[in-house]
Amino acid sequence: MLEDHAKLLRLIQYAGEVTGRKKLQKILYILKKLDFPFREKYEFHFYGPYSEELSLQIEELCNLNLLSEVREDKGGYHQYRYSLTQEGERFLSYYELQMDGLKDLTGELNAQSSRFLELVSTLLFFDDLPRDLLIEKVKVVKQKQNYSDEEIESALTYIEHLQTTRSVS
Amino acid sequence: MTKPFEPLDEEKVFKDPVHHYIHVYERLIWDLIGTKEFQRLRRIRQLGTTYLTFHGAEHSRFSHSLGVYEITRRIIEGFEARDEWDPSEKLICLSAALLHDVGHGPFSHSFEKVFGTDHENFTRSIILGDTEIHAVLERMGADFPEKVADVIAKTYENKLVVSLISSQIDADRMDYLLRDAYYTGVSYGHFDLERIWRVMRQREDQVVFKRSGMHAVEDYIMSRYQMYWQVYFHPVTRSAEVILRKILHRAKFLYQSGYSFQVEPTLLIPLFREDMTLQDYLKLDESVILYYFSIWQDEADPILSDLCSRFVNRRLFKYTEYVPTNYEVYAELRNAFKKAGIDPEYYLVVDSSSDLPYDFYRPGEEGERLPINLLMPDGSLRELSRESDVVEAISGKKRTDHKLYYPADFVYDLSTHRKIKQRMIELLN
Repeated sequence: MLEDHAKLLRLIQYAGEVTGRKKLQKILYILKKLDFPFREKYEFHFYGPYSEELSLQIEELCNLNLLSEVREDKGGYHQYRYSLTQEGERFLSYYELQMDGLKDLTGELNAQSSRFLELVSTLLFFDDLPRDLLIEKVKVVKQKQNYSDEEIESALTYIEHLQTTRSVS
Repeated sequence: MTKPFEPLDEEKVFKDPVHHYIHVYERLIWDLIGTKEFQRLRRIRQLGTTYLTFHGAEHSRFSHSLGVYEITRRIIEGFEARDEWDPSEKLICLSAALLHDVGHGPFSHSFEKVFGTDHENFTRSIILGDTEIHAVLERMGADFPEKVADVIAKTYENKLVVSLISSQIDADRMDYLLRDAYYTGVSYGHFDLERIWRVMRQREDQVVFKRSGMHAVEDYIMSRYQMYWQVYFHPVTRSAEVILRKILHRAKFLYQSGYSFQVEPTLLIPLFREDMTLQDYLKLDESVILYYFSIWQDEADPILSDLCSRFVNRRLFKYTEYVPTNYEVYAELRNAFKKAGIDPEYYLVVDSSSDLPYDFYRPGEEGERLPINLLMPDGSLRELSRESDVVEAISGKKRTDHKLYYPADFVYDLSTHRKIKQRMIELLN
């Protein structure tokens, strides 16, 4: 009945630990764009694709003690770390989820920085635009982050790599 | 030829119960209101199925859209008075405020869940596609419609303009909280709108609030919190939403299975076939949906007929608290429903708080969502919950829940399966 929650738990189980809500938001968005069966609705926000539905699911899983959330004060802001609890492992045992290839890609995405994932997810958000307009758009909406041409090029190459990996999984 | 950016010969006003008057000065705005795509919003309720709980909640997305326009207009007026506003953005911002919900369909939330449609995409298509709205906007310049669509999609270059329409304290939320409180008749949901306007300041690319006005912002946050639990997430409204979703699921399933409807649901077939065009979408409104629900009460399929009868006649499902970690209880209940001949796919439904992702205020972490910032007397910015004990207190509270919905009448009226009935009642209680 809570299949979307179970999929999210599986993702975190594969990641081991995810540091940062933003990182978790972007990983799930990228996986969704790679056609993994996540159904959370995303909108574009100040920092890129964001899902309020996902934020609430995380909160629900924490309240059910299926997910552990550790909050760290970083001075001007808080950072959160997420991992599965024992009850979360048990919860997952009741669900049969077929998501081939999820484990490797989740691990790979989790190893990237939040800043890079923000760029990758933003590029994917505008993936219906031709390449030159896409780059122009990202520079406009991400003015503050000031991504260099090299970073954008590297992110585009990374997206190709993700899509190739996905197509053979 | 009349130019759209020309002022009207005389000001037009709409009487409005929330803002008293809504003022229109530009021909562009007046012409947009007159388009058929905008007029369609009169036939879509702002709060979907909430009218089945709060009978006054019959107000439309049309009146809300006018309200958001009016709040935005007054905020801009304040900025203009302090010389803090780029005049070239005014009509883009006002158009975006007016049109921000134009892509909503009937009972949008349930439709999106079942059919995977996205009202934001339709908003964009209406603004950029072959529509009357596009024709009006295009009179302002070839790139004007795109700019308006970008503001609504939050991808516009000027983040200040975006934040007026969509941020954690924006014209959209300010209007719907006040309007929904007014029409539902609840006593929560009120805050001092004018005080908030007065303490709004522009800082780089965002709107911030003078520290001296913090208590007005606190009231707004409390209003959001209370309206969520008392109105938006009311368990009876959720029951109606659950039934609505199940009707749509059943109708789609029947169509895809080759079922022969007594009256062909012509206007819904593009949805069932998942090949809906913009013109198909614009034909849908709540009167169309309720017409089909009404005639489906007489359909031969007993599940579709029963669910429609429940919705039309407000015979809603009952609910009980659901604990997702009580795995065995739920598995046993499903089996009992099956044995009693009650299909659990349609009649035993879990609904979670995340099924209605209404956004609470989130101080968040850096890079997640832009928080509400206070402008301190020394010119620095400070996130609201770090300064306000009230906001800090409600930001960390448990605010999730799960409910299990079921047709109590089916269970209690079971004349056979007496042992199963007894066990079902025990488990549900």
